[in-house]
Amino acid sequence: MYNSIVLVKQVPDTANISGKVMKEDGTVNRAKLPAIFNHEDKVALELAVQVKERYGGKVFAITMGPPRASDIMRECLYMGADEVYLISDRKFAGADTLATSYVLSEAIKKIGKYDFIFGGRQAIDGDTAQVGPQTADKLDIPQVTYAEQIIDVKKNHVTIKRKIDGGHEVVRAKLPVLVTVIKEAAEPRPYSAKRVMAYKGAKSLTDLEKLTEGNSLLYTDTLIHEYQERNLFISTLTMDDLQLDVDRCGVKGSPTKVHKVESVVLAGGNQTMVEPTKTGIGSLINQLMEDHILG
Amino acid sequence: MQNLSNEVWVFIEQRNGKPADVSFELLCKGRKLAEQLGGPLKAVVIGDNVKDIAEKTFVYGATEALLIQHKDLKHYRNAPYSRILNGLISQHSPRIVLFGATVIGRDLAPRVASNTKSGLTADCTELRIDTITYLGKECKDILLQIRPAFGGNIIATIITPDNPVQMATVREGVMELSPLDNANKVNITELPFTPEPADALVEIIEQFHQENKVNLKAAPIIVAGGYGLGTIDNFRLIHELAHVLGAEVAGSRAAVDAGFVPHERQVGQTGVTVRPKLYIAVGISGAIQHRAGMQEANKIIAINSDPDAPIFQIAHYGIVGDAVDIIPKFIDAYKHKLK
Repeated sequence: MYNSIVLVKQVPDTANISGKVMKEDGTVNRAKLPAIFNHEDKVALELAVQVKERYGGKVFAITMGPPRASDIMRECLYMGADEVYLISDRKFAGADTLATSYVLSEAIKKIGKYDFIFGGRQAIDGDTAQVGPQTADKLDIPQVTYAEQIIDVKKNHVTIKRKIDGGHEVVRAKLPVLVTVIKEAAEPRPYSAKRVMAYKGAKSLTDLEKLTEGNSLLYTDTLIHEYQERNLFISTLTMDDLQLDVDRCGVKGSPTKVHKVESVVLAGGNQTMVEPTKTGIGSLINQLMEDHILG
Repeated sequence: MQNLSNEVWVFIEQRNGKPADVSFELLCKGRKLAEQLGGPLKAVVIGDNVKDIAEKTFVYGATEALLIQHKDLKHYRNAPYSRILNGLISQHSPRIVLFGATVIGRDLAPRVASNTKSGLTADCTELRIDTITYLGKECKDILLQIRPAFGGNIIATIITPDNPVQMATVREGVMELSPLDNANKVNITELPFTPEPADALVEIIEQFHQENKVNLKAAPIIVAGGYGLGTIDNFRLIHELAHVLGAEVAGSRAAVDAGFVPHERQVGQTGVTVRPKLYIAVGISGAIQHRAGMQEANKIIAINSDPDAPIFQIAHYGIVGDAVDIIPKFIDAYKHKLK
């Protein structure tokens, strides 16, 4: 029996920039990008669920994010997570990887004993691949990154095949260990209809607060209790719940600061268009030979 | 912050006793940064029997090499390597520490940054020292860490104004390799290493290496095919053209994902960065991630049936048409001119 905690993140869909999200000045309108479950984190969750199916244990999924991240926590339940936590507080906003890993590691310490921490190798918005190793450092546990396959788990050790530059290696790590996975590691399972039906009503604290807004007959506390009873409450952990050092969270706790952001604008260049004919191409080749580009 | 150091350090990566190119590229960049700070450029070399690698660093501009050798350090493992760097950085607080953005670099650098509570910027495409104003405060001679983000749709300039140690990782091929005509004097400081039980928490059972037979970086002419070619059968046009021109074959990420060409031939942000004399992009739309890997080619020819493809924005010559039609014409015209 092994317990896993999976680190997941909701990210803007940066891979699918269509005309709809482009602004007139040629830049991306980030606010218009749909929010999705970071793919490599889904792969990590899939691996955690596979470990549970093979060896028994529980799967916890956690995320540090704004209230709307409860969307992906629901998806974690659809995929087989047993318990999910949304770690959310205004004071966490603007966090770089150091501040994020601080908050995540403290939340993990609060959640309890674990054998595995799984996470995707990197998120498609920051693209840093840093949160995994930095979380492992703060928990003082070993890490295995670029994991491609969990070969087996035996007597408190896990054997993992991982990608390295120029090949692969097989390592054996003592538990507990933090593992970051690459997309080749697994195909995330489709959500089971049964679990979708069971959990689509799952709500976080913010979701419930919205329900009680302006409705004097509903009380948040009562609702929380009801949802908890039905296993439909997405637990939310705030700064107070975790008793964090405010100087280590959010922008304050982030040594890296953004000084400037420039959008990449597609601008016209001064290119020569060549006719797709024998003559056109012939002249091009002549030119390239004259310039000693082709010999 | 009191008494900031002026030292620039570069972690010299080695695999199986072979130094990684990216580390020497970073030394070349590092020496320019060190010059601006008026301080030394130090290479940190960790491994087993790697004194020769330490000696090589002076050809690329190191003024001192810190050498840590032990049989337990032969193959990279996170625990001992990060422990060594954590100790050295805590002790000396170098102003700048650079790592290659390789699998090893991405496994090692974040752990060290977390332990030393430093800021770390990954995949920098540019590094510059400048004096700027941030939130009304002057930051003298700080490192501007420039990188794409948001899937490559924005370029961000990151700074770490409040921490004494500034760390960054850079991918291979981004910085230029420029050995010195007169290498610096060899100046190696060997440091001791004692293994600890925590080192053994992750053991390497075995390693498999695939020799990379392709050297795209050295090819003067590259013919690259993209997803626009449609089928692996059409991709043979790329091979044919490359053969006739004496060029290397490459592909975009989409072409690799579709199985038209192997990953070692991928050009782009997550592949190889190339600067050939001539780059011919066929059926490649020219997404930012691809452009990042080839936009500094001396001459770029783009062939695409979509006249709005972004690749035309950076090409010197553009041909709108179907590759199946254009490539044979190109080959014929070339063979004809050679006669």
